[in-house]
Amino acid sequence: MKRPELLPGTLDMLILKTLNRAPLHGYGIALAIKRLSDDVLTVEEGSLYPALQRLLLQGWVKAEWKMTETNRRARFYTLTAAGRKQLGLEVTQFEQMIAAIGRVLSEA
Amino acid sequence: MKPLGYVARKFGMLLSRNRFRSDLDEEMSFHQAQVEKELIDKGMSPARAHTEAARQFGNAAHLREESHGMIAFRWETVIQDLRFSFRQFRQNPGFALTAVFILAVGMGVSVAIFAFADAAVLQPLPYLAPNRLMDVAENGAMLQRSNLSRADYEDWKRLNHSFSSLEAYGGSGFLLRTASGTEPVPAARVSDGFFRTLGVRPMLGRDFLPGEDHSGGAKLVMLTYGSWMKRFGSRNDMVGQSITLDGTAYTVVGVLPREFEFAPRANAEFFVPLLDKNQCEQRRSCHNLFGIGRLRDGVTSKAALDEMKAIAAQLEIQYPDSNKGQGAVVQPLAEIIVGPMKPIMLTLLAASGLLLLIASVNVASLLLVRSESRRREIAVRGALGATPARISRQFVTEAFLLGMLGCSAAMVVANGTMKGLTTLIPKTMAQFLPFLQRVGLHWHEAVYSICIALLATGLLAATPILRLSFLDVRDALSDGNRSVAGRFWRRMGANLVVVELSIAVILLVGAGLLTKSFYRLLNVDLGFDGTHLATVQVVAPPAAYSKPAQQVALFREVNRRISSLPGVESVGLTSDLPIQCNCNTDWIRIVGKPFHGEHNEVNERDVSPSYLPTLKAQLMRGRLFTEDDNSSESGKIIINQKLAEKYFPGEDPIGKMIANGSLDPKSMREVIGVVGNVREAGLDDEMWPTEYEALYQSPGNQVAVAVRTRGDEKAILPLLIKAVHEIDPALGTYGELTMEEQMNTTASALIHHTAMWLVDWFAAIALVLAVVGLYGVVAYSVGQRTREIGVRMALGAQRISVYSMVMRQAGWLTAAGVGIGVASAIGAAMLGSKLLFGVAAWDIPTLATVAVVLATASLAASFLPAHRAASVNPIEALRTE
Repeated sequence: MKRPELLPGTLDMLILKTLNRAPLHGYGIALAIKRLSDDVLTVEEGSLYPALQRLLLQGWVKAEWKMTETNRRARFYTLTAAGRKQLGLEVTQFEQMIAAIGRVLSEA
Repeated sequence: MKPLGYVARKFGMLLSRNRFRSDLDEEMSFHQAQVEKELIDKGMSPARAHTEAARQFGNAAHLREESHGMIAFRWETVIQDLRFSFRQFRQNPGFALTAVFILAVGMGVSVAIFAFADAAVLQPLPYLAPNRLMDVAENGAMLQRSNLSRADYEDWKRLNHSFSSLEAYGGSGFLLRTASGTEPVPAARVSDGFFRTLGVRPMLGRDFLPGEDHSGGAKLVMLTYGSWMKRFGSRNDMVGQSITLDGTAYTVVGVLPREFEFAPRANAEFFVPLLDKNQCEQRRSCHNLFGIGRLRDGVTSKAALDEMKAIAAQLEIQYPDSNKGQGAVVQPLAEIIVGPMKPIMLTLLAASGLLLLIASVNVASLLLVRSESRRREIAVRGALGATPARISRQFVTEAFLLGMLGCSAAMVVANGTMKGLTTLIPKTMAQFLPFLQRVGLHWHEAVYSICIALLATGLLAATPILRLSFLDVRDALSDGNRSVAGRFWRRMGANLVVVELSIAVILLVGAGLLTKSFYRLLNVDLGFDGTHLATVQVVAPPAAYSKPAQQVALFREVNRRISSLPGVESVGLTSDLPIQCNCNTDWIRIVGKPFHGEHNEVNERDVSPSYLPTLKAQLMRGRLFTEDDNSSESGKIIINQKLAEKYFPGEDPIGKMIANGSLDPKSMREVIGVVGNVREAGLDDEMWPTEYEALYQSPGNQVAVAVRTRGDEKAILPLLIKAVHEIDPALGTYGELTMEEQMNTTASALIHHTAMWLVDWFAAIALVLAVVGLYGVVAYSVGQRTREIGVRMALGAQRISVYSMVMRQAGWLTAAGVGIGVASAIGAAMLGSKLLFGVAAWDIPTLATVAVVLATASLAASFLPAHRAASVNPIEALRTE
């Protein structure tokens, strides 16, 4: 079965959302999105890392090296204040859009 | 606009570049390890889990590139590409140097020609609001634009409302006493507002004031910058000084700025106010001036023309004798200055454009050959994850680099070409082309260079990209399936060669036609013998030679002295030498024929008895002048054949009378002879009716001497000047030239000569480039087909059939190139037909010669590779794989 593609433009929002609960490393983010979506959404590594760099550049996340519970060094990403604000903004916009799409679809 | 923090973070990352890279690497390997662990946890064998994780993770290098691309600046990859391009060029300096050299020549020549065209045609004239300046003149039955008479000018100035100012100028000349003797100096007479109308302010001193051009005014003069520098040592105190011109004192009121130029009187060194009416200006029918008007705001040139026509019509009614049929022309001043330069400039610009095109195509095909040998490199880059866009960008960068290097080198070539061309133009001609001092690399040229560099870059980039877009990565890596790639290459390369060959044909045909035109022009029927003929102009100071008797005595003395020089066969004196212009005309009326006041305009020349024999003009009927005709009071006249045909059709003109419109008894002259048409006007001008009158009956202050020599006519020129100065050191001389020099320096000869010379050069370069291009294609395709040829020969093909196979390919390309080229050449020649003389655009001998020359050169160029192909050793050829 072909897995549904991530909606364009939503990856950043999903990453910010997972980080909103706790700092995570890249693998953790991918895993969290996958689990929370009941295996529906899969984040490709090919888009995850460029997206993380983008968020870093925008100043929405911070990165620091920490030890994992299995005692391996990993890079953990933390949401910044600006990132939290951005998340709120994107969620609102997304919900507005979904609602709008829903209204159009229910009309038929 | 990106927020400041964003930019700061970006720079921060740029500085800790290595840390970023190692962080990313570690992070990704951690990720991959986690995936691997997950798979093992699910029960996969460690080895399989490792591969699976790697597979799932994808192309790590590509991923890294992309994350890196996120934080990198775009120009960083550009710099990478540039560095790589430089390395490529360093690896193969022969290619890079050849390409840059060819581009530099193509662009440099183009830019140089553009600089000339820019100065001559595009740049606005150096006056205030030059597009509001109009040339104002009369027109008659024979002349589209003719001089304005002083009386008409004064009426036009008084009556018109179209011009905020209407000024007049006319030619003049003075004898100036210099340390080395007496020198005639060209000058101009202008009305007082002339410089104000142009918007030119003197650099030193003042302009003429209103009213200073009236009769009886003080003698004032303005110096040009050149004359101030050359003759008066750039002295700052020149203003207010008095200089002696023609033996009269003139006060210098101002010096014109260095940039000042006025092409219609380009060689004038002194500008003086009109002042008193000279002999000609006392008659309304004598035309010796031109007008310049500045349009009032809101008045169009059309409206001005209509008004001037109406005024001219009014004057026609008022003064029917002098003004019948005299209309008015008003056209932009730029039109009369720039207009004549347009055809030659456009032709040269087009020719240099073609040369640039052929040069670029040549470099493009060089790039194509190189892209062929770089197929593996490209394929490897593609396999390593470089996108087609990125690979294309590499080619664009290389093309850009070549274009820019070529363009920079082209500036050196352009500078050299401009200097070279400027010095090639003879001084006698250059003084009439004031725009030459404006030729240079200005911003117009910079924009033009950048445009052509970008166009060339586009062509250079497009060729390998188009070529490689057909390339299959797998094919290229295996380096197999040669025939397919070969076919693409052949098609692309061959198309380029056809383009090159047809451009070469266009330039060669152009060169052929222009060469033929020039030859025709120089061999046009003169109506006299132009060989062994030396000429000089003699000017007498008006004060010392004011009476006709003094002038005649002087002329006879000049004749006598020069006749006695060694090597002189005969000497003739005339008011105007041949091959000058249809000018100095007279309006005639044939006595006893119907006449309605029309202006029968004919050239009028005053000649000494020995002048026509000295020229070896052909006497058709009657007789020539004798000394008696020249001294007796009775009017006698000789006419040319054209006049006889036009005004005495089917009659014998001998004994008929010619007079002016009002049959003034003083103007009655009897026709005593008819001579063959002597070419009085320019080489490519129409032949006009001409009358020859006895010089000694209407002498003047100036006379032209024609000397027929037995030997070298050039050697006698210094002797002529010496002989004249022996008569009176106060006499001025100028224009000491042989008749052949005169012909070569006429405007039409020079224009044709320059066009021919340049286009010949362009064509020669184009021919070489095209033939080298053809050689490259054929040689390359032979190289690619070595194995095929080996197989054919192993199977029994004869050497001769290998020859014919290769030559056939070359033959097809040449035929296509010549075919397309000839068709375009005829079209191009028709567009540029203004520069052709006595030759049709579809001149068969020229076209045939070009076709033969190109075909021979092409076949010679392809014979070498054909020979190589035919000498292929089948066994070795089969082993080459």
